[in-house]
Amino acid sequence: MPTVGVKRDLLFKALGRSYTDEEFDELCFQFGLELDEITSEKELISKEQNDSKAAGASDVILYKIDVPANRYDLLCLEGLVRGLQVFKNKLEAPRYVRVSPVSGQPQKLIITKETAAVRPYAVAAVLRDITFTQERYDSFIELQEKLHQNICRKRSIVAIGTHDLDTTSGPFTYTAKPPSEICFQPLNQTKEFTATELMSLYRTDSHLKHYLHIIEDKPVYPVIYDSNGIVLSMPPIINGDHTKISLKTKNVFIECTATDLTKAKVVLDTLVTMFSQYSSQPNLKHVFISSSPHSESTETVAQLLTRMCLLSKLTGVGDQIEVEIPPTRSDIIHACDIVEDAAIAYGFNNITRTTPRSYTVATQFPLNKLTELLRQDVAAAGFTEVLTFALCSKEDVGDKLGKKISETGAAHISNPKTAEFQVARTTLLPGLLKTIAANKKMPLPLKLFEISDVVLKDKSKGVYVGARNSRRFCAVYYNKSPGFEVIHGLMDRTMQLLGVKPLRGEGYHIQAAEDSIFFPGRCAEIFVDGKSVGRLGVLHPNVVTRFELTMPCSALEMDIEPFL
Amino acid sequence: MADTGVVEALLLGLEKAEDGVDSLELSSSLGVEHQVVVGAVKSLQSVGEVISAEQRSSKHWQLTEEGVEISELGSHEARVFECIPVEGLLQSELMKLPFGKIGFTKAMSNKWIRVDKTSEGGPLIFRSVQTIVDQVREKLLNVLNGKDAELEEKEKSELKKRRLLSEVTVKSYWITKGSSFSTTITKQETELTPEMIVSGNWKDNKFKPYNFEAMGVPLDCGHLHPLMKVRTQFRQIFLEMGFTEMPTNNFIESSFWNFDSLFQPQQHPARDQHDTFFLSDPALTLDFPQDYLQRVKKVHTEGGFGSQGYKYEWKVEEAQKNILRTHTTAVSARMLYKLAQQKFTPVKYFSIDRVFRNETLDATHLAEFHQIEGVVADYDLTLGDLMGVLHQFFTKLGITKLRFKPAYNPYTEPSMEVFSYHEGLEKWVEVGNSGVFRPEMLLPMGLPEDVSVIAWGLSLERPTMIKYGINNIRELVGHKVNLQMVYDGPISSDGRGLPLFTA
Repeated sequence: MPTVGVKRDLLFKALGRSYTDEEFDELCFQFGLELDEITSEKELISKEQNDSKAAGASDVILYKIDVPANRYDLLCLEGLVRGLQVFKNKLEAPRYVRVSPVSGQPQKLIITKETAAVRPYAVAAVLRDITFTQERYDSFIELQEKLHQNICRKRSIVAIGTHDLDTTSGPFTYTAKPPSEICFQPLNQTKEFTATELMSLYRTDSHLKHYLHIIEDKPVYPVIYDSNGIVLSMPPIINGDHTKISLKTKNVFIECTATDLTKAKVVLDTLVTMFSQYSSQPNLKHVFISSSPHSESTETVAQLLTRMCLLSKLTGVGDQIEVEIPPTRSDIIHACDIVEDAAIAYGFNNITRTTPRSYTVATQFPLNKLTELLRQDVAAAGFTEVLTFALCSKEDVGDKLGKKISETGAAHISNPKTAEFQVARTTLLPGLLKTIAANKKMPLPLKLFEISDVVLKDKSKGVYVGARNSRRFCAVYYNKSPGFEVIHGLMDRTMQLLGVKPLRGEGYHIQAAEDSIFFPGRCAEIFVDGKSVGRLGVLHPNVVTRFELTMPCSALEMDIEPFL
Repeated sequence: MADTGVVEALLLGLEKAEDGVDSLELSSSLGVEHQVVVGAVKSLQSVGEVISAEQRSSKHWQLTEEGVEISELGSHEARVFECIPVEGLLQSELMKLPFGKIGFTKAMSNKWIRVDKTSEGGPLIFRSVQTIVDQVREKLLNVLNGKDAELEEKEKSELKKRRLLSEVTVKSYWITKGSSFSTTITKQETELTPEMIVSGNWKDNKFKPYNFEAMGVPLDCGHLHPLMKVRTQFRQIFLEMGFTEMPTNNFIESSFWNFDSLFQPQQHPARDQHDTFFLSDPALTLDFPQDYLQRVKKVHTEGGFGSQGYKYEWKVEEAQKNILRTHTTAVSARMLYKLAQQKFTPVKYFSIDRVFRNETLDATHLAEFHQIEGVVADYDLTLGDLMGVLHQFFTKLGITKLRFKPAYNPYTEPSMEVFSYHEGLEKWVEVGNSGVFRPEMLLPMGLPEDVSVIAWGLSLERPTMIKYGINNIRELVGHKVNLQMVYDGPISSDGRGLPLFTA
């Protein structure tokens, strides 16, 4: 969820009244915003760095407001104020219309086919006759940055360039060229560089270095020229210095280059509509029709929608309402999005709470039902339940247990941030042993258990993703003596609980087995109706040591799905 | 066991006494160590109300080692006086005696002796009086004989200054008769035995009282994990409300069911490497219901079902990528798709299981946590129904004050964050998320147009941490769990009437 920082007094001035922090928080809540933090630049700097650096910073109060991720029209002071004023019936919802320049011909942006290889889309608009102040200018720059970080996905999907139209002349050309053939004076530099030189120049730039990867391995780089061959920008990296905007700029040429046309349009529309209020005339329109939701009169619904900047009127045909969707509301793609706005304007908390009428009968998932019952009785047998992670390192299920990772059938994660998340566990045992290692100060014996899922690769048909969960029961006994008889007793008790008799063939029995996890001669395999379901035994001293333990330990791990 | 002779003597003494006896006095009259009398008192106290004893302390004057020596041999000055013959003693000779130096000074100031500095061979000392009274010794002897009251305070402090006397605090008991005083003590039984029950002896026996102040013996118990106890409670609530449990035993899921089927666009940040665990093996899922996949592709790319869609190039390759599911809603999607393949009947579903996020870990976030999810599919469900169901659900948790905030979620519209009033924190806290599934999600599955699906979710860890007062999630979940916390944790049901969230 993006956060927008606005100066409180500036916000209240624009809203035409002041609020207490509580009142403003409540207004945000109703409108679907969240007043996240009340702070100042000084406080922010002293928190992030230190008090001495904050000394000269401004202590003007800032509101940090959380905005829903799809509401790009609320990412700046201008949009927030407009939304809230209309919501409070203080302002009429604006209509945005595109106007042609007085001088006749609109500007043109010609897109050449070379761009297909790197960044195929571009859209552009002109904001005419605009008046910047320092605050408006800052907000304009800030909005571009917010858009870049959110919908533009750090400029990878869309990159914005803004230029002073009066320093340049159209038609403009959006093309792509090999980096060595692009040469211009970039923003805030005093000489010309080739694109190749720029890439190495910006490698150490704390801000720009994050965007270089978007184009650097492409054969051609995107570039925009004006009719005189002056470079406006090399998206998504840097603009040219020649056309840079300033407080004195009156006409702003905005270009958005993109890998996704829809998002490019959204970004352009947002920029233009947000700042059109500082210009003599604004932009675009869509039309949509929605049927009325239950119980409210059509007129009321139309009024509610209008309060959400969705100009609405009755068509006179049945319950139909005609709704104009302004270019600011790219989030509206279905009638349900309009209905939500009606509900917000009505107030979620004013809606009568009802209950669904249908009769339904509850059923437990049989595996979970068995798990719930078994957990209770294993605890009643004196064992303590633990809850360990489903993800672990390769070492935990491999080397430490004396097994090769390739033989474990473990599912591998491709992008773990640390070794703790390399694979999904294939056995519960390592988690239990790690729990003991983290609780060495506890009095002995430690009797622990867990009933949970492991994950195993499975290529069988019907296992769509190529891996499946398997529910296991694992228990350990850790003491000065191995206590095999305790673990064996727990296994017998478990079978008793599951209604399985100690009988070869039609029942359960155990027989000697070998496993690198267990001490030779101290391991047995558990069979139920002749099928192996798990193992128990005294852990191999190597395993004990590798988990940083010092006492003998016996353990049991078995599959419980066969008992369903 | 206390000396029975002393116990008897104590009881006899107490019988004769008018009001009570002092343990110190008793010890001196019996000629035994005070500690032995104290032992007898303790032992009598343990058999009931035979005696009552009140501890008291008194201050006594006691001779120091040097004081004892003086009480026996006389003060230094007296000894100096005694050893001087009529013909006098050389001062140098006197100073060789152990008491000589102090004795000389004191005797001089008492004017008992005089020095003749004119004699040959060094100063000579003579007695200057005929007889002396060694008052220091007499005073010390008084103290020794317990007659220190005869000394004036000034005299005592004078002797204290000379390090001959010291003041000590003596603790003793003032013993009086108890409510069941008797000079004969019957032996008390510690425990009821099978023999007593059979023989009936218990009727005549007296039993040693229990100390109810002590704790019981710690039991050798098994314990359930707190988080799992709270899970059981949530499960119970859903079952009481008629919700059927979904099979969530599939941690690995395809991006298709986790994201695409939920109408979550492919460039959505949640699908980033930074947020989601992708699998390298098994890396892909290739088996999807083809006609459904085509409808999902269409609704993302160009819309349909009343939607404009997201208008981007939807790639099947992206949908095929296997991940660790980021929410159990992936299972809800599979269940709703399955439901759509049959003749529709209204359903209520729930699940509580693990989900995974490749996030930065901190005190309240782990890479895996448990998601609680409820889903209702029925004809013409409304936002009012969703709030009504949530109200019932949270009421069962002990939360009655709820309010809803508009929010954004890619697969629900409207979306609402659920806030509850926390009595302890005195503020509204977010307790969950909810919404109505988008038509772009439901209609491609084949559900009838007049069917709505409402859903909500919350984490299991957060309410459990609030309930158990845990600030660091690692103490609750994973191998770094504090087992003592598991051992000591209260039962999950709302003990003492405290609701789950405010406990």
